[in-house]
Amino acid sequence: MQQIINFIIRNKLFLLFLLLFSISLIFTIQSHSYHKSKFINSANFLSGGLYNTINNTSQYLNLKSQNKLLVEENNTLKSILYNSETAIDSVILDSTTAKTYKFSTANIIKNSYSGTDNILLLNKGKNDSIKQDFGVVTTKGIVGIIDRVSSNYATVISILNTTNKISAQLKKTNHFGSLVWNGNSPNIIQLIDVEKIAPVAKGDTIITSGRSSIFPKGIPIGTIKDFELDAAENYYEINIALFNDMTNIEHVYIIENRDILEINNLLNENNE
Amino acid sequence: MNKVISIHTIRFFVLILAQVLICNHINFMGNINPYVYILFVAFYPVQNNRLLFLFFSFLLGISIDMLADSGGIHAASILTIAYARPIFLKFAFGSMYHNIKFDSTELGSKITYIALLTILHHFIFFSLEVFSISKTILVLQKTLFSSIFTILLCVILSIIFSRNTK
Repeated sequence: MQQIINFIIRNKLFLLFLLLFSISLIFTIQSHSYHKSKFINSANFLSGGLYNTINNTSQYLNLKSQNKLLVEENNTLKSILYNSETAIDSVILDSTTAKTYKFSTANIIKNSYSGTDNILLLNKGKNDSIKQDFGVVTTKGIVGIIDRVSSNYATVISILNTTNKISAQLKKTNHFGSLVWNGNSPNIIQLIDVEKIAPVAKGDTIITSGRSSIFPKGIPIGTIKDFELDAAENYYEINIALFNDMTNIEHVYIIENRDILEINNLLNENNE
Repeated sequence: MNKVISIHTIRFFVLILAQVLICNHINFMGNINPYVYILFVAFYPVQNNRLLFLFFSFLLGISIDMLADSGGIHAASILTIAYARPIFLKFAFGSMYHNIKFDSTELGSKITYIALLTILHHFIFFSLEVFSISKTILVLQKTLFSSIFTILLCVILSIIFSRNTK
C-alpha cells in the first residue's frame, strides 16, 4: 500500500497529465461519432449567449449580401406563384390536409467551415419546438442536420462534416448515393456509391432523395464538377460544386417531418 | 505576486475570447487559422506549481473546445505542450532556465521556443482533428501552414506586449 501511494506521489504530474489527456481524448472520439457529443457543445446557455450577443452586432456587416439573397428568393417564389397553372382563389381551411413538412426560420449565429468536422449554431431551440434530426436548408440548398438542442439554441452538423452521410440523387434519374465530405474545400463535396449504370454527366444537378425522411425530396445541392469510378470500378465518386456558399449563410429554414415517428415505427417493425 | 496572478487570469480570459471570436474566423486562404491561445502556456511563469499549471491549461483548452464545438482537441493539444514545456525551455534557453524572465531574453531563443511549442501543438491538434491515418499528408500540410501563421502572430504579440510591461 505504502509503495502504491509513494508511486502515485512520485508520478502525480504524469498521472494528472494522463488523466486529463484521456478525458480530452474521450471527448474527441465522441465528437467524431455521429450524435454523440454529449457534454462539450456550444448549445448551452453560456456559449450560446456569447455567440448571440456577438452576432447581434456582427450581422449588420453582411446585411447587404443577405438582403440580396432574400430578394433573389422572393423573385423565384413570385415567379413560381404567378406562373402556376391553377388559379389560387381560395384558402384551404381543412386541417386534415396539413402538409407533411413544416418549415420554420432561424439565424445562424456561429458559422464554421475551416475544420474537418464543422458544427454551426442556431438561435432556435427546444422552446421553438426544434428537435434532433430536423433538416436545415437555405434558399439555395441544404446546410445540415440538427444535432444537440438546448432550450434556446441548437447545434447543426454541417454538410461540411466528415461524419455526415446524407442520401442524395441525380435530378434527371432516380439513381442515388451518399453525400460525404473529404475535408478539403468548403465549396466541393462528394457523392459516393452511385451505381455505374447511372447516366452521370458534367453539370448535372444533384438533389436530396427524400430517402432519409429528414429532407423532403428535391432540395437542390449542387452540380457535378467531375466524376470517376472508384477503385473497384463498381461505383462512381462524384465531386459536386455546391449551390450554397457555405462561407456566407445567415438566414436558414428548419424542416420538420411530421410523419417521422410513423415512418420510423414502420421501419422498426420491419427490422424486428 | 498578486499582480502576477491577476495578469495571468486576465490573459486567460482575453486569450479565450480572442481565439474564439477573432482567430477562429480568419480563415486565411480558405482554412488557415492561427491559434494564439498557446501564448498562455508559453509565458506562464517558469517557477510554478506544475499540477496547477497542467490543470489551468486543460481548463483553457476545454473552454475553447466548448465554444468551438471541437470535442477535446484543443484541450488535448494544449495539455501536451504544457506537460512538455520544460524540455523546450531547456532547449531554447539552456539548462539555466529556472530563473529567466521572458521579457529580458534574446529574441532568437524566444522565437525558437515559441516555434517548437507551436509545431508540437499544431501537429497533435490537426492529427486529432482529422483523426485518420490515411490523411497524414493533410495533417502535415495543415500543421505547416497554420504553424507559420501562429508563430508569426505570437512573436509579434510577444514583442508588442513585452515592450509595454518594461
